[in-house]
Amino acid sequence: MDVGGNFVESEKLKTIRIIPRLDIKGPNLVKGIHLEGLRVLGKPEDFAQYYFENGADELFYQDVVASLYERNSLGEIITATAKKSFIPLTVGGGIRTVDDIKNVLRAGADKVSVNTAAIKSPDFIKEASRKFGSSTIVVTIEAIKQPGGKYLAFVDNGREHTGVEVFEWAKKVQNLGAGEILITAVDKEGGGLGFDVELTKTISMSVEIPVIAHGGAGKLEHITEVINEGMADAVTVASMFHYDFIANVQSNMDSRTEGNVNFLQSGRINFGKIQPHNILQLKEYLKSHNINCRN
Amino acid sequence: MSKKIVIVDYQLSNLFSVKQAFYFLGYNALISSSPEDLKNADFAILPGVGAFADAMKNLNDLGLVDGIKDFINAGKPFMGVCLGQQLILSRSEEFENTKGLELVKGVVKKFPFQKIGNRNFKVPQIQWNKICEPTQGKWINSPLSRCNANGYLYFVHSYYTELENKQDVLASTSYGNLTYCSSILQNNIFTTQFHPEKSGLLGLDIYKNWLKD
Repeated sequence: MDVGGNFVESEKLKTIRIIPRLDIKGPNLVKGIHLEGLRVLGKPEDFAQYYFENGADELFYQDVVASLYERNSLGEIITATAKKSFIPLTVGGGIRTVDDIKNVLRAGADKVSVNTAAIKSPDFIKEASRKFGSSTIVVTIEAIKQPGGKYLAFVDNGREHTGVEVFEWAKKVQNLGAGEILITAVDKEGGGLGFDVELTKTISMSVEIPVIAHGGAGKLEHITEVINEGMADAVTVASMFHYDFIANVQSNMDSRTEGNVNFLQSGRINFGKIQPHNILQLKEYLKSHNINCRN
Repeated sequence: MSKKIVIVDYQLSNLFSVKQAFYFLGYNALISSSPEDLKNADFAILPGVGAFADAMKNLNDLGLVDGIKDFINAGKPFMGVCLGQQLILSRSEEFENTKGLELVKGVVKKFPFQKIGNRNFKVPQIQWNKICEPTQGKWINSPLSRCNANGYLYFVHSYYTELENKQDVLASTSYGNLTYCSSILQNNIFTTQFHPEKSGLLGLDIYKNWLKD
């Protein structure tokens, strides 16, 4: 059907989503390396508001201690965010049942991410996607490369081995009704040395649903690499954005009362391999490399 | 401020974000499954994500099919969002053919998976995308009057709408090589395939513009 309108070729480009990822422990935004060794960075709501204003395409909240307590405790933070940030919000961590999904959505999330519950009972993906719609269900796969080159799926922030081979698993979650896959390269996460491009590409090429790359952004080139070579449909970025916020916006001192705050109190902030950039800078860079994104 | 806005709840999806968007604009919209509330409303909005057939079943069971038709026949402003744009059409090809509300002539179809160059256009489409004015001047006096071809809006859907009458198409959008209808305007019926409540300040402004008398 000709619906009219003159589209120039550039508008037919796919638009890549940039998703700030916020790992949350109790009331605090935290960041670790390889999903471990968490440092407190500040109040998640402050970071989220800044990211929304800077042109984030979505937000991703992960309750990093939820699987320990078997429940997601982000309700209040989700609601506070949903009142001010009018972009999609995905929430993960400790989602085990249909009721857990209902509670998180009711608090204001638009999508949920599941990992452990999906591996333990794959039919949970089917049940959840039927009930809430495929586009509401994101399956997270935590992958660790084994000696010999095989990638296996892990749960509980890369701590628990499942024996599940990730490429087979990715196809299976698609067939069960997942709307998206978030692929975490555990060994790359927090390292700032780049994404696992090969892993992302293999997953992205083996499914017809969108794939979000997670783990490894240290400089701008890493992000173009995982989009162009890794075929990522969306990218999550954590430290690069968080450090920019800390360096340029000052996070709220009041929230640094719990957990490992040495990082902030030392006054000597060493970002390691990670170069701080804000979302606008990243998007300008992507556009200058012919990657289409929302401005 | 005294405008009565009802968000039609057919008990499938999460309507918090739609309510929140209206709240941000200064309106306390009522989420309701009652045909009576719908009858008393000045504005009605039919949002939603999920399966077409389940939605139609719930609308029927709740007595909302006639409720929506009566509301529209009364000439009051009605808005559909995402699945709401699809439900007003004649039928959907999701699973097997399912009859829709039959308010606008058209069919709901599944996106094909497209591989173009080195990019895969996946299904569902989950991305920010642009809308295009089919003919110049079409958006004047419509809720899209303050939009332009450069603004991005948030889309998440596996099915798209194909209309019988081109004049009902208020905006079109491209996904890969497919160009489809992303907004409908037919008298007092206005719909968007994208989610204004998730499209930042640009999306909120579309709701604001729609509420304007």
